[in-house]
Amino acid sequence: MISLKNISSAAAIGAVALSCFALSAQAQGGDSNPAVSARQGQFQLMGLNIGVLGQMARGNTEYDAEAAQAAADNLLAISQINQMFHWPEGTDTESIEGTRALPAIWEEGSTVLDIWADYGAAAETLAGAAGQGLDEMRAALGPVGAACGSCHDDYRAPE
Amino acid sequence: MVRFLRLLLGLALIAALGGWIVTRPQQIDPEEVADLTGDPVHGEQVFWAAGCASCHAADEAEGEDRLLLSGGQAFASDFGTFYAPNISSDLTHGIGDWTLAQFLTALQNGVSPDGRHYYPAFPYTAYRLAERQDLADLFAYMQTLPSSDTPNVAHDVGFPFSIRRSVGAWNLLNLNDDFVVQGELSAEVVRGRYLSEALAHCGECHTPRDALGGLDRSRWLQGAPNPNGRGTIPSLTPDALTWSQAEVAAYLRDGFTPDFDVAGGHMRSVILNLANLPDADRAAIAAYLAELPPAP
Repeated sequence: MISLKNISSAAAIGAVALSCFALSAQAQGGDSNPAVSARQGQFQLMGLNIGVLGQMARGNTEYDAEAAQAAADNLLAISQINQMFHWPEGTDTESIEGTRALPAIWEEGSTVLDIWADYGAAAETLAGAAGQGLDEMRAALGPVGAACGSCHDDYRAPE
Repeated sequence: MVRFLRLLLGLALIAALGGWIVTRPQQIDPEEVADLTGDPVHGEQVFWAAGCASCHAADEAEGEDRLLLSGGQAFASDFGTFYAPNISSDLTHGIGDWTLAQFLTALQNGVSPDGRHYYPAFPYTAYRLAERQDLADLFAYMQTLPSSDTPNVAHDVGFPFSIRRSVGAWNLLNLNDDFVVQGELSAEVVRGRYLSEALAHCGECHTPRDALGGLDRSRWLQGAPNPNGRGTIPSLTPDALTWSQAEVAAYLRDGFTPDFDVAGGHMRSVILNLANLPDADRAAIAAYLAELPPAP
């Protein structure tokens, strides 16, 4: 016969096992690493705002100077976020799951900060152009995409 | 018994001779192409469609730098590391002194002017399907590009692949004169097929390879391990690539995925080439991809 005490100790063991599992999942899983989540959110935010401009540039949505300016201002604001807290060491593809950030980001000779500065400069130009007209916005969007691409080239693993 | 051995030896000799003959590098006769005159203006379109700059310009070159075809990029593979040669207009280090017949022999037979097989890291299996007029135009255009005196880097390839004649045997298995996608196709899809299979050589990365490094045409564009690095090159067949044709065409121009992520890696370089084509050509590639047989 199973006593109440046995049930509660079984439950306690189960609870301990479960929390250990949760802890190890947290240690391994990129999703639950706040720094990784923060930087992935940052890039989603960039993608969302680039999308507003990109759809206009492609002619899929009508050019709207106010919306274009707002999206460009957001992209400029993101470029001004200090990156030091969402790129801790040990959060690369060799160390954890759930990231595509290659170890080269943290290695000697890494150019990620230069590329981030290029992005900032391109975002600043875009913020100056986005409200001025479709052609102006379209021309200034290219260099922003190029900065994204040059980082993905060397520092992001393929899916 | 002696007679039998002699017969066996004779057969072996014939087989070896036959092997030597069928694997020998084939040159295109200059008389065969004497009537071709290249148009450098159209050749620029062929240049961007054929993606020459992706491998023969400097790694990550942009803008005007993509026209300086000094070579030197390294391509690691299971068979060794290949280095893209200088194909600028330089008379000594580039291909400035080549004839059109030599150029066509290189692009369509994979054979150098001095009669040696190129390694198939160079996609002559794709260019073989190109129209000779287009390649003559390309040749005319490339002669207008700047010269570079950068010397070529020797490939780092181990035995037995270091024996160039082994490529002749490989060619017997892998040189095809027909397109992969067949059937009733619209004019747009036919154009897209020509761009994708003959010029842009999409299959080189997007199609899986067999043990000898040949493209597995039964799994055409169904995705493959990344040839030089980690991860996989995505499948382009309709079961996997769910983007609309307009989204594919736009991506090939501005590099943005439908959710406005940005292409990286070698695809970024491909887009820098394809962005120079007319909209109709990118739409044709998208239409072709939509016609691909889906993976089972």
